Amino acid sequence: MYKYDHYDQAMVDARVEEFRDQARRRLEGKLTEDQFKPLRLMNGLYLQLHAYMLRVAIPYGTLNSRQMTALGDIADKYDRGYGHFTTRQNIQYNWIKLEDAADILADLAKVEMHAIQTSGNCIRNISSDHFAGATYDELVDPRPYAELLRQWSSFHPEFTYLPRKFKIAVIAAEKDRAAMRLHDIGIQIVEQNGEIGARFFVGGGMGRTPMIAPMIRDFVPLDQLVTYAEACLRVYNRYGRRDNKYKARIKILVHELGAEEYTRQVEEEFAHLLGQGIEPPRDELERIKPFFADPPFEDGPKMVDRSDPDFALWVDRNTVRHKHNSYVSAVISLKPVGGIPGDATGEQIRTMARLAKQYSFDELRVMHTQNIVLPHVKIADLHALWTELDAADLGAPNLDTVEDIIACPGLDYCALANARSITVAQRISENFAAKRRTEELGELKLKISGCINACGHHHAGHIGILGVDKKGKENYQLSLGGSEAEDVSLAKITGPGFDEDGVVQAVETVTDVYLKHREDGERFLDTYRRIGMDPFKEALYG
Amino acid sequence: MDNSLGRSPDEVQFRFRDDEVADHGTVTVDACCDQTNATAVRIEPGDDARVLVPFLDRLALIEVNFPAYTDGRGYSAARILREAGYTGELRAVGDVLIDQLSHMRRCGFDAFAPDTPLDEEDAKRAFATWDNVYQSAADRRRTIQELRHE
Ligand code: HEM
Ligand code: SF4
Repeated sequence: MYKYDHYDQAMVDARVEEFRDQARRRLEGKLTEDQFKPLRLMNGLYLQLHAYMLRVAIPYGTLNSRQMTALGDIADKYDRGYGHFTTRQNIQYNWIKLEDAADILADLAKVEMHAIQTSGNCIRNISSDHFAGATYDELVDPRPYAELLRQWSSFHPEFTYLPRKFKIAVIAAEKDRAAMRLHDIGIQIVEQNGEIGARFFVGGGMGRTPMIAPMIRDFVPLDQLVTYAEACLRVYNRYGRRDNKYKARIKILVHELGAEEYTRQVEEEFAHLLGQGIEPPRDELERIKPFFADPPFEDGPKMVDRSDPDFALWVDRNTVRHKHNSYVSAVISLKPVGGIPGDATGEQIRTMARLAKQYSFDELRVMHTQNIVLPHVKIADLHALWTELDAADLGAPNLDTVEDIIACPGLDYCALANARSITVAQRISENFAAKRRTEELGELKLKISGCINACGHHHAGHIGILGVDKKGKENYQLSLGGSEAEDVSLAKITGPGFDEDGVVQAVETVTDVYLKHREDGERFLDTYRRIGMDPFKEALYG
Repeated sequence: MDNSLGRSPDEVQFRFRDDEVADHGTVTVDACCDQTNATAVRIEPGDDARVLVPFLDRLALIEVNFPAYTDGRGYSAARILREAGYTGELRAVGDVLIDQLSHMRRCGFDAFAPDTPLDEEDAKRAFATWDNVYQSAADRRRTIQELRHE
């Protein structure tokens, strides 16, 4: 795992001091709330319905047990005993007091963490593949490249007041586990003629105008990676729309100019910037890489004892093939049936930290699906791990099933919400669990947002649910056929919306259609793609 | 037509140059391109800084206006001018606040004329925010990555 040197630590410490100073000036009345707002936002502090929310950055979703323990302690010390893991591979706390914020940031800085650039119109925390460095199917570990970009994007002097927020994802496998093409910039590390380089996709996003990022460059040599990213951002900073915040994301610029024209402008800027010598020395990447070297794997058993059916089910559902055949990556589901997706108590967070230390070389990952990964678990240790997880109420065997729902905070917390997301998620998972249908349905990605901002990725759900406001009543639109993976697509709306009871029933109805029509080995999404919307519509609206 | 948007030099609150303050009014970017003798120009957020590149030799002052601090186009304008070799005064004017100073300085601004004068102590601290920096920018400071590999 990456470790700060004194330079990195000094940068974070400087920022904590800067924020203390900003908070002081706010309290002394030298800053108006309007002037203070973007500053607190850049430090991850959001004002929500009932309290402040603090977002903590987890660069590329990777953290160690000491950091995870600190996150659990913060939940107990400053929040109401909970932390909420989010689709941005971050954690946020929903009940923060403004006067505690600087102390929390100082606690975080002690474990090399911060809340820098987790909101505001700047380059946000960079996301990546949650199985990076562990999976069998990657070209290289994408995280050294993400780390290089983390440094470049931190406190970037030119790109701190962009037209809108800016999200970057980096992956290095054909399989996309990071929703790469739904980011402002998606980077795929690829190999061409024996050389490693970066493929750039620009202009993806969700929100009210979902778009899939087009590829604008199939290969950027590694010693020009930062320069190329800088060119992409500069064109956006200069020409992205600032007249309308709903049209300010880079996806709109790319769409309005056309991918070709945007690319032309980037290439021109890139050619210019190459002459400016802004690329970090190539040795820097070589310095970063060893931080992500393999831990000392050992050969061991490759099979588990399946005599306990509950354990066997969990192994089948929640463990994923590893590059070393005596290991797996184990997913800790934060989706217990009827629970709040992504929530964990301070105690549970510390338990996960302890288990990571004991069974996974001290490493954890946050998934964009709001679950936690122990990336390197010995197959021989799985039973012991599962036993402890189960005891801590962390053993739900439901990865990628209909119970593994992504849901945004919705009306329970969020000031922008039209409708509740959490209760809908709870009811749907309870419904399928009670009817014991989860297993039968197989992989089914259900995603819920409480408003058009799409924090819950509903556009990318095999089944998506969007909360809308219908004459002052909570109403839910259903959509089908989205995917955030390598087969990326945007979901289509089925038709008129439903009330809460209605949407829970509607989800069941569409799964019935799937079961009726599915052919061998088809997932819900595959069946939908083969048979189209009509049979689903027919069943829903008759 | 009067294109003069002049400000008196005493409104400049912070200046990191030793030369004489240019005391003539600025003209708009359009006027500057038409008018062969203008030596001071003012860039608005929507202007393309690159059209000034052919005239940089004769310019002694370029003001970049920030009508609202949230509009960050002026940061790119500043860097582009410095990258093109401009060495005259580059002045940030308008909604310039404490917390933008360190980034503006890095982008090549060397004079600051905020609409509302800033607290001198706060500003001093703000200019000194970063002991070291992660990116190469107009200030040409050696980056952390370069320092690591000396
Ligand atoms: C509760 C307070 C929150 C507020 C006020 C909020 C606000 C917003 C807004 C306004 C957008 C639309 C941005 C745009 O399209 O330009 C957005 C998008 C998004 N938010 Fe949130 N959000 C909140 C919580 C969350 C949480 C908890 C998550 C993670 C689970 C999250 C993840 C996202 C994602 C993934 C997007 C879509 C990004 C895209 O458009 O590309 N947000 N949010
Ligand atoms: S999707 Fe809407 S309701 Fe949900 S968190 Fe985002 S802004 Fe709030």
